[in-house]
Amino acid sequence: MRSANLFRIAYQSIIKHKMRTLLTMLGIIIGVGAVIVMVAIGQGAQASIQGQINSLGTNLVLVFPGVFRQAGVSMGGGSFTRLSFDDVEKLKRESTKLTGISPVVRTGAQVIGGISNWSTSVYGVSTDYLSIREWPLSSGEFFTEGDVRSQTKVCILGQTLVKNLFPDNDPVGQQVRIRNVPFKVIGVLSEKGQNSMGMDQDDIVLAPSSTVFYRLSGSRFISQILTSAASTAEIPAAQEEIRTILRESHKINEGEDDDFTVRNQTELASTAEETTRVMTILLASIASISLLVGGIGIMNIMLVSVTERTREIGVRMALGARSRDILVQFLVEAVVISIVGGLIGIVLGVGATLVVGAVTSWTTVIVPSTLFVSVGFSAMVGIFFGLYPAKKASDLNPIEALRYE
Amino acid sequence: MTTPAVISLTDITKVYDTGEIQVHALRGVNLEILSGEFVAIMGASGTGKSTLLNILGCLDHPTEGSFLLDGVPVHTLNRDQMADIRNSKIGFVFQSFNLLQRTTAQENVLVPLLYNRREKIDDMKERATTALTRVGLGERIFSHPNQLSGGQQQRVAIARAMVNKPSLILADEPTGNLDSRTSLEILALFQDLNRQGVTVIMVTHEPDVAQYTKRIIEMKDGRILRESRLSVPRDADEELRKLPAEEE
Repeated sequence: MRSANLFRIAYQSIIKHKMRTLLTMLGIIIGVGAVIVMVAIGQGAQASIQGQINSLGTNLVLVFPGVFRQAGVSMGGGSFTRLSFDDVEKLKRESTKLTGISPVVRTGAQVIGGISNWSTSVYGVSTDYLSIREWPLSSGEFFTEGDVRSQTKVCILGQTLVKNLFPDNDPVGQQVRIRNVPFKVIGVLSEKGQNSMGMDQDDIVLAPSSTVFYRLSGSRFISQILTSAASTAEIPAAQEEIRTILRESHKINEGEDDDFTVRNQTELASTAEETTRVMTILLASIASISLLVGGIGIMNIMLVSVTERTREIGVRMALGARSRDILVQFLVEAVVISIVGGLIGIVLGVGATLVVGAVTSWTTVIVPSTLFVSVGFSAMVGIFFGLYPAKKASDLNPIEALRYE
Repeated sequence: MTTPAVISLTDITKVYDTGEIQVHALRGVNLEILSGEFVAIMGASGTGKSTLLNILGCLDHPTEGSFLLDGVPVHTLNRDQMADIRNSKIGFVFQSFNLLQRTTAQENVLVPLLYNRREKIDDMKERATTALTRVGLGERIFSHPNQLSGGQQQRVAIARAMVNKPSLILADEPTGNLDSRTSLEILALFQDLNRQGVTVIMVTHEPDVAQYTKRIIEMKDGRILRESRLSVPRDADEELRKLPAEEE
């Protein structure tokens, strides 16, 4: 029997029972729609976390003081601080793959100024810091190489400090005291928001590294070095270069462990990504259950339909339909219903995703592959749940089917 | 020159095993029906009439005996082969018409063509239309069954039975649901088809209706009780003319 005839038979049966077809489709429509919305929300969360991690700065490579081992006992990360300005200088001189290098000398301090005082982190950095972190100023200007050399007491305030200390007037040009050392505010950072761990990135004061190092912190070493590679592809090479230079700088022999850690943002991101991935899977599996229920709905209505159409099946058999023809007819009906339902579900799912995105201001991301997978999946649902009713129909005895009232 | 036998039944028995008791529906039927015959099978219910019809219609296997349809030994065929035989050699006409609802007359007549495996048919619609024209429904090919009268529905069913050019038409109480005028019209149609060479076997329990056929076979207790040939069957067209004109 030609397949064109088969489709013709199934097609006629589908369009002749519009209401029944629509009700059968409904489960699949809702199922596929739910999967698409849920996955889009999950992917959106993932993308927004990715975005926050990228907000650290693109192509960021971080150098932390590393694990120090004493007689084989690891003292843990940061247990021995061995990053110095000499390291920074050596990196600046010798590296070829780094586009920006900035030490970070971090110290907690009470900042007094304007109408109040505020406990915050003071970061001593180089002039590269803003470009590495891709963090523009909202007003004022940044300090210069000259300020770094001469340990000028100037600072740049984050938005949180501006809100708390200078809620009403422009802080640029004002004076604040950090650990009782007077600093002149020369610029204000733009708002960056929370980072992936929920920390307020705007709760920060930037100052020349030398100023913080010599006038505030008093520590012999710096807490981390921020660098940026020319491109994402260059990151592994840049990391390798940093390792080579720093091992040489720290005079580490062949075979000995690094006393520092080089990380890129991908590694930092992986934990956060893992979390959202689990969330996406969770959402998708809940949505899949509704798809499964939709499939059972197909089976339910197909079974009723087989009973209802027993007479028709008998007539078709009397007119020469083989069992297989009946089987395929019902199977094609189920698959067409679920694929068409899947397509409608995609349209509704995408629409609902856009609505959810607009109403809640959540980031939602529609991944094209989800669409293909859901259509494929709904076709499989059709085959799986259509098979039993179709088999039942095709096994009918034509004599009994014809006699069925 | 002998006319070939369309149907040749030899010692056909049919036993239904219901577990506790065995029901002997047919107890040895021998029957030969030649091409071009118009046969009525009569009998009260429970005489094996329906069982015989199911076997003749290739819907059921006999328990024993041989059944040749157009020379094909049907009793040896499997389920799919039986389906193909039904499609190509038998046209069914039922008491309750059994048309597909919400489906036009033309599409109903198309159904046997869609299941036709013997030949590739490119002019299916034309064939369906031709068959409908032949039963006098050339104007109603796009009507749905619920828009047609009982007589018209039965005509669609006859067109459907004819469309694959079968060796015989099996009609099961075809006038059972129709009033007497429409019954006569349907019988006239069968007589007309029969005159054109179509073999017709009609199951009925109305002696009146049987009078329009050429040969009457009466069943009783699973056997053929008696057989009679009508040298001059009643002419349905003539009877129709005798009826008072239909009131409009």
